[in-house]
Amino acid sequence: MGFKEFCFKKSLWLFHFGGASCNNCDIEILDCLTPRYDVERFGMLLVGSIRHADVLLVNGSINQKDKKRLLEIYHQAPKPILVVAIGACGCTGGIFAEGNTFAGPVDKIIPVDAYIPGCPPKPEAILAGIVKLLNKKPEQHKSA
Amino acid sequence: MSKIIPIGPYHPLQEEPELFKLYCEGEIVKDVKWETGYNHRGIEKLSESKTFDQVFFLVERVCGICSTSHPFAFANCIEEIGEIEVPNRAKYIRTIIAELERIHSHLLWVGLAGHFLGYNTVFMWAWKYREPVLDLFEKISGNRNSYAMFKIGGVRRDIENDKIPEIKKILDLVKKKTDLLTGAVMDDPVIHARTKGVGILTKEDIIDFAAVGPTARASGIAIDVRKDDPYAAYPLINWKVITAEEGDVFAKAKVRLLEMYESVSIIEQCLDGLKKEPEGQTEIVVKNIPEGIGTGHAEAPRGEVFHFAKTNGSNYPVRHKIRAPSYVNIATFKKSCIGQTISDATISLAAVDPCYCCTERLASVYDFGSGHKILGGEELIRISQKQTDKLLKL
Amino acid sequence: MEKDFQIDELKKHFKDKVILIEKKNNRRIFVHISPDAVVKISDFLFSNLHYRFIIASALQSNLGFEIYYHFSNDKNGEIVNLHVILPAKKTAIESLTGLFEAANWIEREMHEILGIDFLNHPNLEKLISEGNWAEGVYPYRIEK
Repeated sequence: MGFKEFCFKKSLWLFHFGGASCNNCDIEILDCLTPRYDVERFGMLLVGSIRHADVLLVNGSINQKDKKRLLEIYHQAPKPILVVAIGACGCTGGIFAEGNTFAGPVDKIIPVDAYIPGCPPKPEAILAGIVKLLNKKPEQHKSA
Repeated sequence: MSKIIPIGPYHPLQEEPELFKLYCEGEIVKDVKWETGYNHRGIEKLSESKTFDQVFFLVERVCGICSTSHPFAFANCIEEIGEIEVPNRAKYIRTIIAELERIHSHLLWVGLAGHFLGYNTVFMWAWKYREPVLDLFEKISGNRNSYAMFKIGGVRRDIENDKIPEIKKILDLVKKKTDLLTGAVMDDPVIHARTKGVGILTKEDIIDFAAVGPTARASGIAIDVRKDDPYAAYPLINWKVITAEEGDVFAKAKVRLLEMYESVSIIEQCLDGLKKEPEGQTEIVVKNIPEGIGTGHAEAPRGEVFHFAKTNGSNYPVRHKIRAPSYVNIATFKKSCIGQTISDATISLAAVDPCYCCTERLASVYDFGSGHKILGGEELIRISQKQTDKLLKL
Repeated sequence: MEKDFQIDELKKHFKDKVILIEKKNNRRIFVHISPDAVVKISDFLFSNLHYRFIIASALQSNLGFEIYYHFSNDKNGEIVNLHVILPAKKTAIESLTGLFEAANWIEREMHEILGIDFLNHPNLEKLISEGNWAEGVYPYRIEK
């Protein structure tokens, strides 16, 4: 077993970055933690600092001001890190892609490993997305 | 030497995601400053390039939790310009959706407030009992959030009469669970100790800041757009405005919890009203919107949502201005936080319900002189939670 | 009729400063006023008649810049819109922050998106544009 594979085997810790979003995705991510979905049973935990995280969840369209912050957070992250773009805005910019402050979808700013589309994606979809990411072969990780 | 504690910067409403800087001396907050722009998406500008039907999908995404209130206010605004009267069935359906949203939003707030107090049981409970409400939304509209129910002249989907008993059954369940939750929150001595007398806003403050919604109602000012300027089915049914006099965090919690019962009762009356209206009459056809200026408002879970639109007879609004309730409510932090301890500031900030869930992530404490990070958001919540622990031991 | 009495009072008090009172229906009233009287009339509405300040909307039209100040009477659901027109050459108006704190943010916002100056505003700093668009760029202005 290689080092990268070992890193992502168990107990992924998640850090949640919300860009200029409408809050729906944020709420659904938080919903994953609560009794009905309970993501913690997979060993996943939402942490308060990127320095402790294995996965960076990004949702919302990214505006000019957020872009700087997102890059900063990505550089602070301990590598290897997996990046997941959540929601239509995270994946493509969604309805805000034509806005005057839009700075590009997440994958134009940092490498993204998984996309979870939906407006907002259901908690089941978020869980399914993360599980798919876990089963992905480590050499396919873009940012690792 | 005063230290700056930044709270934020990410916050989900339209133009108001902000970075709060608490200037502290020791434990006491001396001043509050804010910085916004992290969430500016240019919705008002985008709106000018969308047709009236498309604007509904856009304003739904101003805020995910208030995703009925914004279309509601916009519909009121455009229907005022076009002098459109929607069918009764549509009025009832609109009201049902708006009130369901209020229940789920208030439950969400109670949960988060519990989390900030270090009372995670309340957090888990409230969010667990919120799920049946979201299931109802899924049944009615097909999505858990962003329901896309509104259009000019009516609603997009009907609630069929044979669905009504099922909806009522779920409502009964929600009501039972709300009882449980209300009991747990209102009678808990620790919650009393942490929230009574904390973050007080007086009547004068509310008038000065023009605060709205539960924030104002908890300070004894009974403003509620649903009562003052009745729209949709609100004038057709019986309900009352909940107020409290104290103006502290506990009063705000009380107002929100009791409002949930009113919402359940409103929905039940609307469902009864729905039975009397013929099925399928959910919209009238609107050909064009004349030139004009319109203002529309609606009561969101957090307060009054205000929309202003100018039209020129074409398919697009010329100017569209949106005012979300947190825009005025958040400014009251200046009053409610100053003089509080840092641990109380967390819950004072949460008390106006500024979709606080997102602001905790990047909170960290900086030393004013050196700029080095001392405390993170986690620690900030931990401080707050520690104070609850201390009280528990007494 | 209390309602009519109040609005007539406005005409009586401010005479030629009130250009036109337009009633769209019982609850929506547009009052066109001269820009130099905006503080006095707002003060009258706020302090004497106890109206609540909702928000102000600014827009650009052929006449120059227009601002609508929205006030609400919460006793009968009436909305009074004070309408001022600023000629394109002289885009400055007295600030309302001296009367109520609620005008603070919206005036800063209007300053940023349209470049309207508010005289005597305590702190006309950037509210939303910092990092999002450059200074001197007014995205909501109509290009001619």
